[in-house]
Amino acid sequence: MTAVAGPASRVGSLVEQFESGLAAPICLTWELTYACNLACLHCLSSSGRRDPAELSTAECKAVIDELERMQVFYVNIGGGEPTVRPDFWELVDYATAHHVGVKFSTNGVKITPESARRLAGSDYIDVQISLDGATAEVNDAVRGAGSYATAIRAMRHLADAGFTGFKISVVMTRHNVGQLDAFQAIADRFGAQLRITRLRPSGRGADVWDELHPTAAQQRDLYEWLLAHGENVLTGDSFFHLAGYGQPLPGLNLCGAGRVVCLIDPVGDVYACPFAIHHSFLAGNVRGPGGFQRVWQHSELFTDLRRPQTGGACQSCSAFDGCRGGCMAAKFFTGLPLDGPDPECVRGFGESALAGAAGGPVPRPAPDHSRRGRARGAGAVPVSIGPRPADRGVSRRACDESPLAGFSAAP
Amino acid sequence: MADTPAAAAEPAGQTLPAEEAPDATVLVEDLLVEDLLVEEVSIDGMCGVY
Amino acid sequence: MAERAGTLFDLDRAWRLHPHVSIRPERFGALLYHFDTRRLSFLKNKTLLAVVASLESQRSARAACTAAGVAAAEMPAYRSALGTLAASAMICERTGQ
Repeated sequence: MTAVAGPASRVGSLVEQFESGLAAPICLTWELTYACNLACLHCLSSSGRRDPAELSTAECKAVIDELERMQVFYVNIGGGEPTVRPDFWELVDYATAHHVGVKFSTNGVKITPESARRLAGSDYIDVQISLDGATAEVNDAVRGAGSYATAIRAMRHLADAGFTGFKISVVMTRHNVGQLDAFQAIADRFGAQLRITRLRPSGRGADVWDELHPTAAQQRDLYEWLLAHGENVLTGDSFFHLAGYGQPLPGLNLCGAGRVVCLIDPVGDVYACPFAIHHSFLAGNVRGPGGFQRVWQHSELFTDLRRPQTGGACQSCSAFDGCRGGCMAAKFFTGLPLDGPDPECVRGFGESALAGAAGGPVPRPAPDHSRRGRARGAGAVPVSIGPRPADRGVSRRACDESPLAGFSAAP
Repeated sequence: MADTPAAAAEPAGQTLPAEEAPDATVLVEDLLVEDLLVEEVSIDGMCGVY
Repeated sequence: MAERAGTLFDLDRAWRLHPHVSIRPERFGALLYHFDTRRLSFLKNKTLLAVVASLESQRSARAACTAAGVAAAEMPAYRSALGTLAASAMICERTGQ
């Protein structure tokens, strides 16, 4: 029989197809509110205070309707703390009733035995508990006193309710890289799945990134640990820059921003990804004509991101095929050029670039919804982006005083 | 599907038959992923999501 | 019904898309998402999409392939692809036909 090339050999790699964008996101992050009961040091969305212009319940349902039409099958709902919205449960139920699967990210504050039972009994809702230390000492230093206890209690309620396979999501820092085995033990104890992700210098993370991001040696240890023990550990593909070490980690090893994923923020602004909340990565707003679909399919920013990207200064590096130049947001918020090395480049080119870029301006993430006294940097001015409809009678000062200002009691 | 570049790199084991053989077994190898018509991706495996 | 590892996908049986799977056509093929398992599969060309979309209305997977224009020499690749989809419960056998 004559050897013939199979039909599949004409197909490009999946990654090549994704890099030029899809008709709709595969998955997206939806920050439901900037309100939060915590004030984590590294919060990527600078959350704390509700924004008076957050999408109403009806507007949220309209977004869900759009996602259903576009066949976005899965959304990650976060914030701030999404469960503090009085309409949270209503919206989650609405989503799952409209062919949009939900995973929501929470610090656990509202995961009571009752809500845990409700979650265990519903299909198509997954839960992700945030935890940044395997001990209260390490965790609470970042997330605040009592937050470890809150998270563990939520996990116990979920486990007791029979909800197996919920996620425990950890942001890797200098202080918890040594606790990887302990994190796995916590996940095993509650029948959960461990997820570890990369710290980006985004939001308030920009202020603590220098002290918190893993050292080069720790980064290597983390990589080795994942290769050895990470078979059932999720990473959200957030360590694709480590492919520069050699063997890539499981995942697409691709920056999905604006290509296969994006962020919808509490006021309806659409950003390339949740680690890039800045007007440079703002594609549009769901309240505009054509809604979310128009933004996803036709915004200038996303069209730009879907054009073939050159590696720039990284093109000639032998690691480039694996690392793809690393994370756009990490480069942007450390003041590095987007066509150069990642600040945590495994070959050390990012470190050199940072040293060389001394004095270069570091973009300030905006908007900043941190609570008064916890705002990013000195003199940070809360900046609102996008169209500003009437504030619905809630003053900004009220929001400063209480992150839940203006919420009416649930019907 | 007959010879493909990746087939040469396969570890010992049965390769895809050049023609249909009802009693042959099909071995789906990660190494062949670029030549397969179906590729599975983890819903968690995309960067840029919580 | 999931495919047992190591056995050849049976082209001559009747198949269907699992009821909790959604298909989203893409420029290059299609995305399949299983709401129960949360698994995502990509069909890398339009022909395979046509095969999968027509499984329910064809008397066998082989018939679906032929109707979609799959040539004899290509059949093993499509059999392999359908086997992968069966193994991940994206497609299942039709019973009571």
